[in-house]
This record gives sequence, structure tokens and C-alpha cells, in this order.
Amino acid sequence: MTKASRWLSKNLIRIYAVLGFTYLFIPVVYTIVFSFNDSGKSNLVWRGFTFKNWANPCGAADVCNALGNSLKIGFLSTLVATILGTLIAFAIGRYAFKGHGLVNSLIFLPMATPEIVMGSSLLTMFVSFGINPGFWTIVIAHIMFCISFIVVAVKARIASLDPRLEQAAMDLYADERETFRKITFPLVAPGIAGAALLAFSLSFDDFIITNFNSGSVNTFPKFVYISAQRGLPAQANVIGATMFIVAIVLVLTAQFVGNRRKTTA
Amino acid sequence: MVWLAIFFLAPIFKLVSTSTQTQGVNIGEYVQSYRFANFIDAFTSAAPQFFRSFIYAGLATLFALMIAYPLAYAIAFKSGKWKNTLLVLVVAPFFTSFLLRTIAWEQILGEQGLVIKTLRLLHILGPTGHLTATPFAVVAGLTYNFLPFMTLPLYASLDRIDPRTLEASGDLYANGFTTFRKVTFPLSLPGVVAGTLLTFIPAAGDYVNAELLGNPQTRMIGNVIEARYLRIVDYPGAAALSFILMATILVLVLVYIRKMGTDEVV
Repeated sequence: MTKASRWLSKNLIRIYAVLGFTYLFIPVVYTIVFSFNDSGKSNLVWRGFTFKNWANPCGAADVCNALGNSLKIGFLSTLVATILGTLIAFAIGRYAFKGHGLVNSLIFLPMATPEIVMGSSLLTMFVSFGINPGFWTIVIAHIMFCISFIVVAVKARIASLDPRLEQAAMDLYADERETFRKITFPLVAPGIAGAALLAFSLSFDDFIITNFNSGSVNTFPKFVYISAQRGLPAQANVIGATMFIVAIVLVLTAQFVGNRRKTTA
Repeated sequence: MVWLAIFFLAPIFKLVSTSTQTQGVNIGEYVQSYRFANFIDAFTSAAPQFFRSFIYAGLATLFALMIAYPLAYAIAFKSGKWKNTLLVLVVAPFFTSFLLRTIAWEQILGEQGLVIKTLRLLHILGPTGHLTATPFAVVAGLTYNFLPFMTLPLYASLDRIDPRTLEASGDLYANGFTTFRKVTFPLSLPGVVAGTLLTFIPAAGDYVNAELLGNPQTRMIGNVIEARYLRIVDYPGAAALSFILMATILVLVLVYIRKMGTDEVV
């Protein structure tokens, strides 16, 4: 083999990975770049660099109202789904009870159902009960699909706990409640936090189920979808880019804090 | 738990019962008449879109597996201290709305985008050639959108492999390829199963990619269901289609899991 071909075969997988990441990031970079576009009516062609859109993120009609709805729905459904999901995860992870397997498959089913089936069946139910779709129907739907993801994530965390830690606490005369409060919960907490973050991003980004159950209420993804037909305003790119940066900063901070803890401990 | 029972099971039952209703006296009013022919009507009217959905979703799953496996492999075995950063990067695109990313593709590949102008300049594409509004664009969009769902489970199962098993295989005179075929790949199968399911299921029901990147000839079952619900207001027909979709996917998933011989999906 020549030198070049040896280098190539050694690094093939790395080159492939770089290409893969490029594929993943092309649209993200595009979205961010075009948030600085001095766009006219449509944001299709590059017309020059400007901070105008960033200075005035609510400049397009209804965009901030939609964003506000998305944030409210995201927080509410994450909160409820996290509480319910964590309780279910503890119930499944810690106690043997009748119908254990049934509960497990009930948790799994929503994840194995296409969104469109879930969205459409919820709408059918709301309509037949005479409930008009709106803000609260979206919240209910989001809580429903977030719970499954939270249960799975928290359950995995509980399963990875070393049972000896709890036994040790009991040996040191902690009662069950104290053990839970001082040992079990703090150990599971990072898992719960991660699951909540996942739930929020799922809720915030959901379009299909929301579109079925939203009535006239606008959310950010719905805003993007509707305005895409007549040209997306650059403000949508600004918001997308902001979400991206905020999320990256959050994740990196969490990792940094985690690493510091590991090294100081 | 009760929440799930109410807001997941109840709607499904409602969906099934609606699917056998027929048009009532007023528009938008439906009477339960246990008309199971609704299923046949719905299916025959949307059969092409139905099969197309499964073909597109299958292709997207295959492509996603081909792209994601080396990616996950590289992260698990070749990344060293960059591992966590790379994992964050895989998930990172998630944080810009998937609609924005799909629209970005639409514009990158679209009529006014650079790619199409370059391809036309190089005569790879004729002056009337398109990239968007083609089946190719729809499948590419599906592949792109569900790529992280494929990468993460693959990574999780690859990362769990003890590197010593790979060394042992090398010690037993297996070359790189044989080691991969006989050791690495079989050990990563749970990840392959989970990843393909997480990609295939949402891809089969998706209608956003077909709507934004496709043309009327690339419509998928999701588009049909969406249109019947929200535009034509044909609830029974749409409910029947939804139910057929869900039942087909469930059967496929069960057969698939049985065949791969693994229960560790979750």
C-alpha cells in the first residue's frame, strides 16, 4: 500500500464522521446565517448583512405571540409530565405489583405510535366530548407524550443506582423517608433534570400533534409551518438561532459543572 | 398512570369507534353505524400513499443506518476525550426547530439556492432539473430529520462493548473486517433494532417532509390523514386510515423484534 492509501484507510472512519456532522449541521448553519440577512419580503436570497432582525425579533406579525405560547406550553407540560413520570418510574422501578408488564407496555406504546395517529385520535376524542381545541388541549396532549420519555429516562437512572448505598443508609439508622430524601432522590435528580430538558425540547418542537389539537392557538412550529408557504420572515431564524445557542450553553454548563464535581469529589 | 390511560387509551378507542361511523344528517355530525366497510374504502382510496409511506420510511431508515453507524462507531471508539462534545453535537441540531431545518433544506436545494445553480452550471442537472419536489428530496429530508434518533441508540450499544472483546478477536487472528462482522456488529444489534424502530415509526407517519420537500406525487399517508381531518373534515375516513397505519406498524414492529430476537427495545 502507498502511504496515502494507508493514511486514508486508517482515517476513513474519521473522514466519514466529519462528513456526517457536516450533513447534520448544514441546515443549522444556514438558518443562523440567514438570520443576519437583510431580507425584504422573503428570506430566500442573500441581500446583505444586518443586525436588524436581531434587534427586532418580534418584528414579524404574531411571531412573539406564538413563541410565548410555545414557551408556556413547554413549561406547563414539562412540569406536570416530570412529576407524573417520575412517580410512575419509581413505582415501576421499585415495586412489584399486579399488572407490571401491562404498565410497561402502556408506557412504551405512545413511543411506538406515529405522531399523526396520536394527534388525530386525541382530536377525535376532544371533538366528540364537545371540547374546543385550544391552549389546554395542546398542554394535555404534550403531557401525554412527554410522560413516556420521562418514565424511560428516570427508570434507567433508578436501575443504575447501587442498592448498597441505600442499604448503607438504612444501616446507619436512616428511616425510609430519610433514605429517600438524602440518598435516593439526590442520586436520581440529574436523571430527572435531563429527562425534563428532553421533555421541554420535545414539547417545544412538536408540530404534528400540536397542529391537530391547537384550534386557532398559534405555537412557534405552527407559525413556521404556516408562514413557510408565503415566505418565512428572518425573525423565525433569529428565534431558531437563539434557541440553539441557549440550549448549547445550557448543555455545556451542565457538563462543566458535572466535571467540576467529579474532580472535586 | 391514569393520565396515560385517559389521554392515550381513550383516544385510541374513540378513534376505532369513529372509524366505523358514517356521515350523519348534518355536515360534521357522525352516527355510529359499525360500518366496517369504511376501512376498505379508506384503504383503497389511499393505497398508493400508504405503500409509498412504508417505502420512503424504509429507505430513510436504511440511509440513516448507513450514515449513523460509522458516526456512532467513530464517537464510541475513536473520539477519545472529545466523546462528550461530539455527543452534544449529534443532539445539537435538535435545538433549532425541525421545521426550520426542513425549510432550510428546502431553500438550500430549492430553485434559488446555490446547489441547483452549481449543478446546472456543471451540466450535471439539465436547465429544468429539480432537486426539491422530488422523491429524492423527501427521503433525504426524512433521513436527515431522524438521524439523531438512529445515532444515539447505536452509540449507546457500541459504547457498552468491552474493547477487550475486540482485542481478543484480534488475538485470535481475525482481521478488522471479520472482527466487525463476527463481534462488533452482533453486539451492537440491540442498538440497531432500537435505532431503526425510532427512525422508521415516526418517518412512516410524517407528512411535513413530504409537504415541504415533495410534490403531489410524493404524498405520504400522513398527508392524506392530515388533509381528511383538517381540510375535508372526513373524520371516519381519516380515523380508519389512522387505525390501519397504527395496526400495520405494530404488526411490523412485533415481527421485526421477534425476528431480531431481542426484547431490549426500551
